[in-house]
Amino acid sequence: MAAGFDPSGRLPDVFTNAGTSSFTQFLSLAAPEMLPGRRPLPPGLSADIAPHGTTIVAIATAEGVVMAGDRRATMGNLIASRDIEKVHPADAYSLIGIAGTAGIGIELMRLFQVELEHYEKIEGAMLSLDGKANRLAAMVRGNLGAAMQGLAVVPLFAGFDLSPSDPSRAGRIFSFDVAGGLYEETGYDAIGSGSLFAKSALKKKYRAGVSTQDAVRLAVEALYDAADDDTATGGPDLTRKIYPVVMTATADSTHRLTEAEINAVAEQVVAGRMENPGG
Amino acid sequence: MAMQFYASPEQVQRDRSEYARKGIARGRSAVVLTYEGGVLLVAENLTSLRKISELYDRIGFAAVGRYNEFESLRRAGVRMADLNGLAYDRRDVTGRALANAYTQTLGAIFSETQKPYEVEICVAQVGTSPESDELYRITYDGSVQDEPGFMAMGGSAEAISTVLKSRHDVAADLATALALAVEGLASVGGENGTPRTLGASQLEVAVLDRNRKGRTFRRIAGAALTTLLEGGKDEPEKEVGEAGDVAPPAPGEDKPTVSAASVDLEGKNEDPAEPADDTNGDGS
Repeated sequence: MAAGFDPSGRLPDVFTNAGTSSFTQFLSLAAPEMLPGRRPLPPGLSADIAPHGTTIVAIATAEGVVMAGDRRATMGNLIASRDIEKVHPADAYSLIGIAGTAGIGIELMRLFQVELEHYEKIEGAMLSLDGKANRLAAMVRGNLGAAMQGLAVVPLFAGFDLSPSDPSRAGRIFSFDVAGGLYEETGYDAIGSGSLFAKSALKKKYRAGVSTQDAVRLAVEALYDAADDDTATGGPDLTRKIYPVVMTATADSTHRLTEAEINAVAEQVVAGRMENPGG
Repeated sequence: MAMQFYASPEQVQRDRSEYARKGIARGRSAVVLTYEGGVLLVAENLTSLRKISELYDRIGFAAVGRYNEFESLRRAGVRMADLNGLAYDRRDVTGRALANAYTQTLGAIFSETQKPYEVEICVAQVGTSPESDELYRITYDGSVQDEPGFMAMGGSAEAISTVLKSRHDVAADLATALALAVEGLASVGGENGTPRTLGASQLEVAVLDRNRKGRTFRRIAGAALTTLLEGGKDEPEKEVGEAGDVAPPAPGEDKPTVSAASVDLEGKNEDPAEPADDTNGDGS
């Protein structure tokens, strides 16, 4: 318990000092062992010891963004999970998807969620969308050591920009490289092992200013194509009724499509492929 | 041989208490009370510097007294809540744990340092029913009380409490609860004991919304507050996801434009070292 650091029971100075508004910076002083990048790893390559998550796609729409992720996690040639969730809300107006080592990705995502909420509570105002992306880039950079040993995680970040420089482009997508490089994408992007195929599918079908409804369909189509050619990406699982996680971020808030909504889209896509396998 | 100064421990404690109480009494008051839909937090506040804020999903914070002191306590609370929420689970962050941390901290400051904190704070946690709401009052010396559904803090807390006590109703709706809180705050500080009129611009209002999932804290300001003060319905609420929906102000809009110290000098009192009676370090 954090309050027990001091023998008097008093909160330690690091809690009451003015400090910064960043939670990770506070954590690096109060409980550095909780930061993923600070953990020493045994020497050697650790790539095969933990499940890996794969394909995430994001599409900018007329109203904001859509992000979708398949449900498969793999360990080498085995399926580690069929219903993992790799797309999450980062805060009320942005989404984060994770590919790479699942455990580290989920930890990074939780820490990022707290980072954004913490800033908002301390400052009484949200970070700008670019500010959020930059914070995430710094956190990915912090994981570089582990990434070099095979425990890489690469997020995809997308959100609704509440004060965009160009009002017609309020939905924005940011991708990252393993060294913490931050790149803004135009229109759509995908990460993970199936991203090559998903991006090819989106390249042919994406049009700027697509409606959210159409973008949801496009995202599921792209994931279908990724699953078709990449063994680590899971397609819509009709037998078990496991379908992709699809979320939107718009001026209202983030929203996760209900099971019924996404079932309907996924079944349409699968039925469409029965007649026309090329999509 | 010169005489050594001696002050008995009792005298030292009394002096510190008196000093802290005087400091707190200079500021404007705040009220926290439960109502049917959650917990209502109202502070009389003319500035954009906050006296009320969110600590965690179901926990709010209200304070009166010296701004820099309760602001550092607020930060500490947010940090502790976020740290424990990350280390364990969001459900494991409780108002009681935060209240305990605050009493330990204020108690240690009171007995160990020359100058006690001139603050009084409330940690409020909203439950599933008004009976399960928790309101903790923590004072400058680290003492803590579990309040019965309503509380007033600040210089005229007793007079305001009397108003609240006579009419507090856990089944009241938001407009009624707000009217009572404002009536309480307005019942003191008027000329010759007459009640004042408090408008939307003089109030800082927030609720912990019982029926909301995830982050329950919501500020009510501007047109929505004016409507509510006139007895109207609160704005219709949007259903939102778990990430919470504290409406984010446009960048820059929420930045304080008045420094905490500058307002002190606006009082009638010419001596900046001695704040005017109705002002305090928090600028209200």
